[in-house]
Amino acid sequence: MAELRATSLAEVQEAVRLHPRLRPRGSGTKPALSTPREGEVALDLSGLKGILEYEPEEFVFTAYAGTPVEEVEAALRAHGQYLPFHPPLAGKGATLGGTVAAGLSGPMRERFGGLRDFILGVRFVDGEGRVVRGGGKVVKNAAGFPFHRLMVGSLGAFGVMVELSFKVFPHPRATATLRVALGGLEKAMAALERLRGLPLDLLALDLLPPATLEVRLGGFPGSLERRLKRLQELLGREGEVLHEDEAHWEGVRDLSFLEGSPVWAKVPSRLDLIPTLEGLPLGPRRYMAGGELLYVGLEPEGLHALRRAGIPHLVLKGAEEALFPPPPEAFFRKVKGALDPKGRFPLG
Amino acid sequence: MGFLEELKALFPPGRVLTREAELAPYESDALTAYRKRPLAVVLPERKEEVVEAVRLCHRYGVPFVARGSGTSLSGGSLPVEGGLVIALNRMNRILRLDPKARIAVVEPGVVNLEVSRAAAPYGLYYAPDPSSQPISTIGGNVAFNSGGAHCLKYGMTAGHVLALEAVTPEGEVVRLGGEGLEGVGPDLAGFFVGTEGLLGVALEITLRLLPKPEAYHTLLAAYGSLEAAGNAVSQVIRSRLLPGAMEIMDRLAIEAAEAAVKAGYPQAEALLIVELEGPKEEVEEEAKLLAQVIQESGATEVRIAQSEAERQAIWKGRKAAFSAVGRLSPDYIVQDGVVPRSRLGEALKEIGRLSQEYGLRVANVFHAGDGNLHPLVLYDGKKPGELERAEELAGEILKLCVRLGGSLTGEHGIGVEKKGYMPEMFATEDLLAMERVKEALDPKGLANRGKVLPEPGGRPGLEEVHG
Repeated sequence: MAELRATSLAEVQEAVRLHPRLRPRGSGTKPALSTPREGEVALDLSGLKGILEYEPEEFVFTAYAGTPVEEVEAALRAHGQYLPFHPPLAGKGATLGGTVAAGLSGPMRERFGGLRDFILGVRFVDGEGRVVRGGGKVVKNAAGFPFHRLMVGSLGAFGVMVELSFKVFPHPRATATLRVALGGLEKAMAALERLRGLPLDLLALDLLPPATLEVRLGGFPGSLERRLKRLQELLGREGEVLHEDEAHWEGVRDLSFLEGSPVWAKVPSRLDLIPTLEGLPLGPRRYMAGGELLYVGLEPEGLHALRRAGIPHLVLKGAEEALFPPPPEAFFRKVKGALDPKGRFPLG
Repeated sequence: MGFLEELKALFPPGRVLTREAELAPYESDALTAYRKRPLAVVLPERKEEVVEAVRLCHRYGVPFVARGSGTSLSGGSLPVEGGLVIALNRMNRILRLDPKARIAVVEPGVVNLEVSRAAAPYGLYYAPDPSSQPISTIGGNVAFNSGGAHCLKYGMTAGHVLALEAVTPEGEVVRLGGEGLEGVGPDLAGFFVGTEGLLGVALEITLRLLPKPEAYHTLLAAYGSLEAAGNAVSQVIRSRLLPGAMEIMDRLAIEAAEAAVKAGYPQAEALLIVELEGPKEEVEEEAKLLAQVIQESGATEVRIAQSEAERQAIWKGRKAAFSAVGRLSPDYIVQDGVVPRSRLGEALKEIGRLSQEYGLRVANVFHAGDGNLHPLVLYDGKKPGELERAEELAGEILKLCVRLGGSLTGEHGIGVEKKGYMPEMFATEDLLAMERVKEALDPKGLANRGKVLPEPGGRPGLEEVHG
């Protein structure tokens, strides 16, 4: 069936009313989530874009859901600000809506938190074509049911996101990265555990298995050298210091280390889960945010292994069944039924 | 058997309260102008007992309200007339504290500050710090998505709740979220937080802990006007600093705090507290910039805490301000509307005008970093008509916040107090969507009935809510 395109709220509503089964798509950087299944019509939202409001002094912006993250970040950069949850695949064209639907954060989430910590509000079209708003456009708000948080990781199950509001922060004035090889997984894990528990305010803390840590610092130029030195002392290694580290981390958050792998997946990891994960036949990978977030490239057998081990994951590319396990029936099904009673959207 | 008999069969004697004198303390929460007499109060000690109580309510169609310490300022834990109160204070165990995973798994009756206290030996803490934190419980914090003085930088309770076990109003037990910082699938735990108990009762909560900041730099600046203090906040933000907290108090609040705890504050029209926190090297650099910004902001006096004791002294007055205002007036209403930070000056000016118009004093203490106002409307409940006038003034302030692009509430929640104002902030379709979700999970409308969602026909009459 031909692809639909919606470039306004009214067109989204019309598409929802006319088609029994829809799959929203931004720029398609996560094809496992945006490719229409049997009987579904793709709803292309890449034309529903643009920043609607941005007051740098408020640390808040609102944009259409189809706006590319890159476009938003360019506007923020002009005012020395950034999206602290560091949305992945920005350089590949990822949109705000796709990022929220997939529930993705990148390596710099280590410093201030992930997507769920920064989303402030949403306007979406529910399964009956009704426009619903949740949250707000201020950094603090406790009024009404928080539909914006429901959208995080929803895969579009409750509605088509039209507008999104986020909190942003000032970007650190300077950054530097320390890369240290620690001679084995156990040693690397011990170092990781140690750093996680200390108030070091790291921008990123990644484990490249088996034994390399990459630590990014951000702050005033006047303090960075001293903080780097303290890190080197803590780790008992000089390591390798990158002062021009922006391009490197752009590559990391674009998941360029997964290029060439047939299947890309996000795995919510934990320190105690890493040894188990490391025993599975996984491809190229990187544990971000102190080991809490794994992005991994897989061959089909690796994906089977994850599933057999019962480890929750989300496939971004290369498989039909993206979400494992499915959401908890009792609560999810009721909320889904309230907002999408006819099962028009994914996870129906 | 009837409902009460079955309830008494489920709980040992002494843990079902039905006598008038026993029920009295549960008739209201911190919003004392509102009172309702429940049918009974149960005191569960284990989560299975909560589930049993909820199931029983569901079977008999009896409305229930879960309650912690009853510190809600929006009437969020006001009982339903003839309904059940499930008081969770006895479920106050920290079930697990895992410093390596940086999480704490707690029962809903655990007091907020107890979490940080238990985490302290590991250099960790629980970040959300509502002013009620020495008393309020995590279950209540979860229901109302509590805030505190550090929300700009650290967010609200929702970000710090990783997982929940909850019982739905129909008595089903569900697990939402996971033990790590990241998840896959819809963020149902995040959605549950802030729904004010309308979608169920949290039985077990997994919290994110953070490493306690290494260094603090706490500055107190005095200004000749409230506006000048507000402008200083904007200048701090424009300098690209991200303080952990920025708080403002006006003259009335300063005087009250002085009288109550002798914080030693300077005489001023407004005081600004700015606190930087982080690694010591970083805080040193930030402090240099902050000093410059504050110097240029026209502060009439600047003090910097040189020790932890001095830091605590600066905070003592701020934290005491609410109860201190109680000394200035027999009664007060506190609102917590939010405005975009750049409209703070405008909002405060308008609040001043409204205060004059209504002939009621308003003290201002607020979280300036996130635009969260806390106007305290002073009144005397014994003077006929004064409560009604104070409520009307408070309502005008709420509408003002929404008009300026903000929110009805930054952290206290809608409760029973502000539900009539929901249509000011949300469109009919938004409210209907909330109602549909409520209806799907609670078809009998039992869980915290009468809160958040406005009743058809608008605001309830005062005579009704004040009982």
